[in-house]
Amino acid sequence: MIKQISIFMKNEPGRLLKVTKILADSGIDIRALTVAETADFGILRLIVNEPDKAYRVLKEKEIAVVEHDVLGVEVNDRPGGLARIAEILNNEGINIEYMYAFVTKSHEKAYVVLRLDDLEKGKKILEKKGIRLVTTEELSEI
Amino acid sequence: MYWNKEAETLKPDELKRLQGKRLRKLVKYVYDRSALYRNKFKEAGIKPADIKEISDITKLPYTTKQDLRDNYPFNMFCVPMEEIVRIHASSGTTGKPTVVGYTRNDIDMWTEAMARTIVAPGGSKKDILHNAYGYGLFTGGLGFHYGGERVGCAVIPVSGGNTKRQLLLLKDFGGTILSCTPSYSIYLAEAAVNEGMDPKEDFKLRVGIFGAEPWSNAMRKRIEDALDIKATDVYGLSEICGPGVAQECEEQAGAHIWSDHFYPEVIDPNTGEQVGEGEQGELVFTTLTKEGIPLIRYRTRDLTVLDHEKCACGRYHPRMLRIRGRSDDMLIIRGVNVFPSQIEHVLMKFSDFAAHYLLVLGKKGPLDTLTVKAEVTPEVISDKVKDMMKLKAALKSELEQALGISIDVELVEPGTIPRSEGKAVRIKDERGDL
Repeated sequence: MIKQISIFMKNEPGRLLKVTKILADSGIDIRALTVAETADFGILRLIVNEPDKAYRVLKEKEIAVVEHDVLGVEVNDRPGGLARIAEILNNEGINIEYMYAFVTKSHEKAYVVLRLDDLEKGKKILEKKGIRLVTTEELSEI
Repeated sequence: MYWNKEAETLKPDELKRLQGKRLRKLVKYVYDRSALYRNKFKEAGIKPADIKEISDITKLPYTTKQDLRDNYPFNMFCVPMEEIVRIHASSGTTGKPTVVGYTRNDIDMWTEAMARTIVAPGGSKKDILHNAYGYGLFTGGLGFHYGGERVGCAVIPVSGGNTKRQLLLLKDFGGTILSCTPSYSIYLAEAAVNEGMDPKEDFKLRVGIFGAEPWSNAMRKRIEDALDIKATDVYGLSEICGPGVAQECEEQAGAHIWSDHFYPEVIDPNTGEQVGEGEQGELVFTTLTKEGIPLIRYRTRDLTVLDHEKCACGRYHPRMLRIRGRSDDMLIIRGVNVFPSQIEHVLMKFSDFAAHYLLVLGKKGPLDTLTVKAEVTPEVISDKVKDMMKLKAALKSELEQALGISIDVELVEPGTIPRSEGKAVRIKDERGDL
């Protein structure tokens, strides 16, 4: 499992800048991100090299931040790679709350971040089916 | 507990007799000394001799804030300046400030009312009064200061602002009574936690005397939980003297109006007629014992309900229920009356929101809109939009049910609604032309 940092922020100019600046000043590297936005607020979700540190520095600056576990799944970077994972989860009745993908320059693999309604069950079944899950340590080295 | 047992436990008939006697004297006093009152009485066809008992008060004309403005600064004073020992003035956010002059006796009477106010919720000379009301033209600071000294408390005249210093003094000087606005007390509790303190452990506070802005019982609960104190409501307005016009006793069942000095009535703001017992209306005061600037039937624009039943504390001085707001705080949204206190009441029912909020009035075409900006607590933040939308929808539905109009809700991040060190600013009007 990997740790994701989520930030609740007002949907207005300058908010994203503030957060990314804090992370930059603390030497935190962003691996992946996604923003879910509504008319008045947005939730920024981040995968970073040092999630605990990122959480701490953001909290210190009174940013509305939470940290929790998500699955980081390695996907073959070719047609059908993602469909296989979706199918496994679907067969088990596990719902994907949201997901986002990222690729890295040095690997042929792509990665998908999955937020599931039943994280433990999802983790088990994916591992059983031979899907490789990445760890925070691995991500730090990418 | 009583400061002045005799005056505080007068029976209803004794109170009425005393009020009648004082009113007779007052009417003659202002008639002799004030051209304004003389003219008002003449217009109403009233002579001082027509006022025999307290129930005759309804024959007298009202005084309004406009009278004070028209006579700015000193024309309503009933004594020459050599008799005045202090002048206070309201902030004057809506026009010229309202100016109040006090004779030595006026300061003495106000101090007496403030001493009763501090003792009623349990204060005594053993207490350390951390007085965070602003000192200056505003009456809050000096009112509590004089009252506290008279009771014999150790008064810390810290005044408003400089929150870090407030926290340091609360911790090191060990104030046991806190006096400030309710919103500032919540802010102090929050700020203490942010500074790594535990207000329940590190402070010795046991009683709070909060006023100068309307607050709900739900807010009271939150303050009591955050600071581990008994939070009580004080009421006053500078025109009448300042804080100490009314104060809750330990029963916390409405603020007792010290009616041997301040005679209250509740009227229908539209017709000017007195409303029945238990009905809501505009609070009107007659200052029975003031010399500098006595006010007869002064319309406060505050809306409340009076309760004349004997309180469990033994006092008959009528209790005013929480003021629902000042009639000029009342918002009219698409023809419906809305009080900020109603919104606060709903917000405080959710543990998901901080005690800070902002009401933004706007316009969509010809229609007024109301947006409630509610600050979420750090605990409820979720990475899922669904969760946050659910919270937003729940608040919106509760608010719409309570207010009877459709409104918008905006969730904002913790700590982003501006904190106030005095009266909280909770309404932002963006409608432009009015």
